[in-house]
Amino acid sequence: MIALLKKPLVALVLGTALLTSACATQDPAAQATGEIFDPYEGTNRSVHQFNKGLDRYAFRPASKGYVAVVPPDMVTAFGNFAENLSKPSDAVNYLLQGNIKGAGQALGRFAVNTVFGIGGLGDPASDFKMAEARTDFGETLHVWGAGEGAYVELPGFGPSTTRDAVGIFVDFFTNPLSQLESNPIEDIELPAKVVDQLGNRGTYSETIDSILYDSADSYAQGRQIYLQNRRFELGQQDASAEIDPFELDTGGF
Amino acid sequence: MYRRMFLATLGAFGGSVVAGPSWALDENSASDLINRLVADINRVIGSGKGEGAMYAEFERIFERFSDTSYIAAYAMGVDARRASDAQKRAFSDAFQGYIARKYGSRFREFVGGRLEVTGVKKVKKWYEVSCVAYLRGQSPFEVTFHVSDRSGRDLFFNMFIEGVNLLLTERTEIGAMIDRHGGDIDKMIADLKQLS
Repeated sequence: MIALLKKPLVALVLGTALLTSACATQDPAAQATGEIFDPYEGTNRSVHQFNKGLDRYAFRPASKGYVAVVPPDMVTAFGNFAENLSKPSDAVNYLLQGNIKGAGQALGRFAVNTVFGIGGLGDPASDFKMAEARTDFGETLHVWGAGEGAYVELPGFGPSTTRDAVGIFVDFFTNPLSQLESNPIEDIELPAKVVDQLGNRGTYSETIDSILYDSADSYAQGRQIYLQNRRFELGQQDASAEIDPFELDTGGF
Repeated sequence: MYRRMFLATLGAFGGSVVAGPSWALDENSASDLINRLVADINRVIGSGKGEGAMYAEFERIFERFSDTSYIAAYAMGVDARRASDAQKRAFSDAFQGYIARKYGSRFREFVGGRLEVTGVKKVKKWYEVSCVAYLRGQSPFEVTFHVSDRSGRDLFFNMFIEGVNLLLTERTEIGAMIDRHGGDIDKMIADLKQLS
């Protein structure tokens, strides 16, 4: 099923990439100062309400049940498994970024964890202090010069940007593992990702709860946190790193 | 230089500058501050006290190691321009308790983990202290502190966890709380006192 969908979807995604780059562009000066560009705020806020409902009534309880029933070591193992499956795709992305070293690290990790980590359930590569080597197609687009684009909140996924949303779809349908003839990975990739996300939601339950349910404006807070963290991952200097403590009048506080 | 003198004078009139020993801030004293901060946090976590007592301890730590007046002023943002001095003081007090409770409950995740100072460098007029946090069952992640002697003492004024910084996060939060009450600063302060 997924194989059938693959080619038209790639075409669709590349089509949307061109479209999104054509509409809603941010003023370059505002971009340089690290401002938030959110022209679709109205739609995004509706999606946010939907995602919150999804979390409150389905994802959060499911993840609580999952981490309560499944022992922590197994939660970690399933997370490792999903992470390991994404390594060949990371290697391809590093190659596309012209980062040969990164590609080698991702493949090395994949080989070590698949062989010595019982098919990726264990993570001996981290014990050997091998580099994380984690990337995605959104980062590849960034390396190719694509701007962050507009902030978007994706149904079921959460915070993203127009550039990274394209990356998520391309990554999902182009995992090199699923290009193999008659491979067992095909039907396991999506469930593995879902289980991994359940584990994360359960393990970091308090932190995520505090953002979603304790913030005065969970949409604004999620947006702020996602963008800062994403810019940090991409090695972009955020303007907020330059907050000068001598430039504010603190009299009275 | 002049701006700094001006601010210092202004602060002195406001009575908010604590006259401390005037040693110069350098790489050693900046990383030393963070090392002492980490040691204090670990001591509280390891003390096995109840939650309420731990939050009181965290509030004291926050007061001792961070530039509380700067963090509070930044968090309030432009709304500070129309706030009265009484409101500013009330906000500072409520804000300290709120930060201690909010981040104190996060520090519990640090039990059994450790924070290591890995480097320090000068950025303009302040110092950036890089740390790596090692928590149980998680890949290590970066935590960064910004330290300045703006107030006359060496204090940290911002903290970054994987690129997410305290000042911007709290400005967003306080701004949203003020908006929720239609711009009423007093109601925001009352809210802040309630929040756990």
